[in-house]
Amino acid sequence: MTASVSPETPIGQTGTVVRSTAIRRLLKNPLGLVSVIILAVIILLAIFAPFLAPFGENYANIGKTLAAPDGVNILGTDSSGRDVWSRLLYGSQVTLLSAVLCAAVAVALGLPAGLIAGYYGGLFETTSNWVISILMSLPGLIVLLTIRAAFGPSVWISMVAFGVLISPSYFLLTRTAVRSVRNELYVDAARVSGLSDLSIMGRHIFSVVRAPIIIQTAGICGVAIAIQSGLEFLGLGDPTMATWGVMLSEGFKNVYLNPLLLLWPALAIALTIGALVLLGNATRDALEDGEKIKAPKVLKTSTQASPNTGNHAVEQGTEHHLVKVTNLGVGYPQADGSIKKVVDDVSFHVDRGEVLGIVGESGSGKSQTAFSILGLLPDTARIVGGAIQFDGNYTVQPGDDRVNQQRLAKIRGRRISYIPQEPMSNLDPAFTIGYQLVTPMVRVLGISKGEAKKRAMKLLEDVGITYPERTFKAYPHEVSGGMAQRVLIAGAISCEPDLVIADEPTTALDVTVQAEVLDLLRGLQSRLNIGVILVTHNFGVVSDLCDRVVVMQNGRLVEEGDVRDILRNPKEKYTQTLLSSMLEGKTPMTMLVSTVEEVAL
Amino acid sequence: MIKFVIKRLASGVVVLFAVSVLTFSLLYAAGGSIARNILGDTATAEQLALKEHELGLDQPLFVRYFIWLSQAIRGDLGHSWFTSEPVATSLATRVPVTMTMVISAMIIIAILATLIGSAAAVKRGWVDKLVQIGAVIGDSVPGFIIGVFLVTILAIQLKLFPATSTIAPGVPASAWVASMALPVIALIINGVTGGAQQIRSAVIKQFEKDYVRTLRSRGIGEGEILFKHVLRSAAPAGLTVLSLQLIGMLGGVVIIEQIFALPGIGPLAVVATSQSDLPVVMGIVMYTVVVVIIVNLIVDLLNGWLNPKVRVS
Repeated sequence: MTASVSPETPIGQTGTVVRSTAIRRLLKNPLGLVSVIILAVIILLAIFAPFLAPFGENYANIGKTLAAPDGVNILGTDSSGRDVWSRLLYGSQVTLLSAVLCAAVAVALGLPAGLIAGYYGGLFETTSNWVISILMSLPGLIVLLTIRAAFGPSVWISMVAFGVLISPSYFLLTRTAVRSVRNELYVDAARVSGLSDLSIMGRHIFSVVRAPIIIQTAGICGVAIAIQSGLEFLGLGDPTMATWGVMLSEGFKNVYLNPLLLLWPALAIALTIGALVLLGNATRDALEDGEKIKAPKVLKTSTQASPNTGNHAVEQGTEHHLVKVTNLGVGYPQADGSIKKVVDDVSFHVDRGEVLGIVGESGSGKSQTAFSILGLLPDTARIVGGAIQFDGNYTVQPGDDRVNQQRLAKIRGRRISYIPQEPMSNLDPAFTIGYQLVTPMVRVLGISKGEAKKRAMKLLEDVGITYPERTFKAYPHEVSGGMAQRVLIAGAISCEPDLVIADEPTTALDVTVQAEVLDLLRGLQSRLNIGVILVTHNFGVVSDLCDRVVVMQNGRLVEEGDVRDILRNPKEKYTQTLLSSMLEGKTPMTMLVSTVEEVAL
Repeated sequence: MIKFVIKRLASGVVVLFAVSVLTFSLLYAAGGSIARNILGDTATAEQLALKEHELGLDQPLFVRYFIWLSQAIRGDLGHSWFTSEPVATSLATRVPVTMTMVISAMIIIAILATLIGSAAAVKRGWVDKLVQIGAVIGDSVPGFIIGVFLVTILAIQLKLFPATSTIAPGVPASAWVASMALPVIALIINGVTGGAQQIRSAVIKQFEKDYVRTLRSRGIGEGEILFKHVLRSAAPAGLTVLSLQLIGMLGGVVIIEQIFALPGIGPLAVVATSQSDLPVVMGIVMYTVVVVIIVNLIVDLLNGWLNPKVRVS
């Protein structure tokens, strides 16, 4: 079992290799580098504050209050004649230490609790959930006010309290990460090989949560600084300490006399929190980039960017075809400027009332070809060559690098429709099946809702649903996968299209349901005389339904022809291997051919 | 449905009770020199003992708690130790001011964050960049610092707005709007930048769903897909973000009200805290928890309405 890690928690692999490269990537990112430098400077200033500050933090020169910057007081003085620059330096000490204290308390509480709850669950987890729901129901500042009322003004007590309050964020993060790896094979293996729970947690699980915790800590330090200075700004901090919040409060009291006093502490706070936020973001990016690089590389069929020059001559006199695809190329631009081609120089056509099968393994480009006809390629996809015509009109003109959405918007849903692979995820869970059938008819055909409902009922009956009324009112999660696929087929034919593109329409269904859905498709196709493009990896489905077939491999067209010819007498070696692998140990060849003859008759 | 509401309300009462026990023991167990706080350093030992007896501080903690609880259930949250004003009365006059600001700020945040976040998700490009940069800036500058600069620049330097509020019972609505404009702006900026970022990613996630492609294949327009389908499915994520923001805002508004001298909960909380006026602090905590419980209940109900699966179970 491989439990996948949720996308919110970017988690690196174990070991130090990933970490060192992540740090290198972090420093390569300009924002990451800047944030690290800013934080380093602030930390150094804080450490060496006693040597750098020209005056003590509370040394007051009564004769020189609210002075403008000069040679002695480089940022001027406050209303008590204290040196602003010196106080800023000492303030950075308190600010950084309090943030670290808060994060340390939160980690010390949240991390072990999250590990235990994620690894063992049970009563501990239930109790923790209760504590967390109480902690999270309280706004931080209100809690800190309460703590201040009870214990008096102390930066350290309030930061310990805030650490406790914010510890659930570590708890939740750790628990999620631990849950996701708890059942991973390598953790099982460690358990079987006799490692104690403690050492499994230490070695395998801690290494997984380490990176997200660094990101979280950067954010929490920022929040701690903000809330601490807010408390001090309210005049509830320790007045004997020079902190940025106290300075801000002092500046605000003298805002009519010297507004500049506000600027320096505000700048210091924003700069520090900003650097922490950027550090968190850059760390996340560095880890995510790492994940991307680690992802399996897809074979590049072409490393050179070849724009769609339209050099291939488009055949004239093709208007009688319903769809004509000519030398189509589809690619995805890569980070290094090259284009990864997923469809390369593919040509075929479909006529009215004809069923064309596009067969190939996954990654052969068959779905990408189908989606280019529908104009539903992902945003990043580019047409890198060729053209597509629908009923004589170009939807992709020679030279276009994208599908002409304006033209397709007029025919999609109206003349071309689509049956997806996975029935459940292709219905919006928030709307009833009836709504999802009626709306396209209202929008596309311009008929009334009542009329559309009548038609929808008829359609549901046509696709073999026993209780159309009940299904009409149902939400997608209330029907079975087979029924949902029937609903999607009903939707695909609802606006009487000329062409239906079916992308592996039976792959996600049970074997018995598969046969029923294929029967349904065959019946509807011959009754309505629509053209169908059937994308599949299954030659059985092809032989069952198709008139002609196109075989694709690695984005290229391998072989094209009449189904019977190709099944009986495949010319290309790839088709032969594909056929034999499909049929091996299943139905004997002879029977399959006879099925084809039945269809042809 | 009604069963669900009752269940949630019951668990809310349990949370309220737990928080009240925690807060009460924290406040009264730690505060050692309450009587001296009130009477000042010159008070004699007899005066202190008398004051402690008067406040009931000579009784055991749990006895005091149950006295407080039995009164609180009847709506009596005690009296301020310094002004003798009933806590419930001060809350009743101040909560409307605070909640007016919080609710209007949340409505504006919800609208702006949704619009900006969706625009960033759909258009990408420079709008998206701007939202990302805005999110970093919003995260970096605490709301009260924004408030301080709004007062300094717009009210004090440019005199476009009143620097302190003129809100009082009976003043015309225009005065309310003028007084609340800056504080509300200070409250919403962080919420809008953060919220837009979160809604952006929720919308992008929904746009990648299979059903969106199928809707497109059926000839449904992009606008209808965004507003009717995608935003609806992204709404639960957005609601969670907004409810967390609202809980945080109940704290943030204290500082903002102090900056703008608004007669809401904020100034009361600050004075009560610095004087250790424990009955008032206790009352403020209770009001906050009640608001949080109501907000969470509303979010749960909205989620149920948005998601038919939750509704059924």
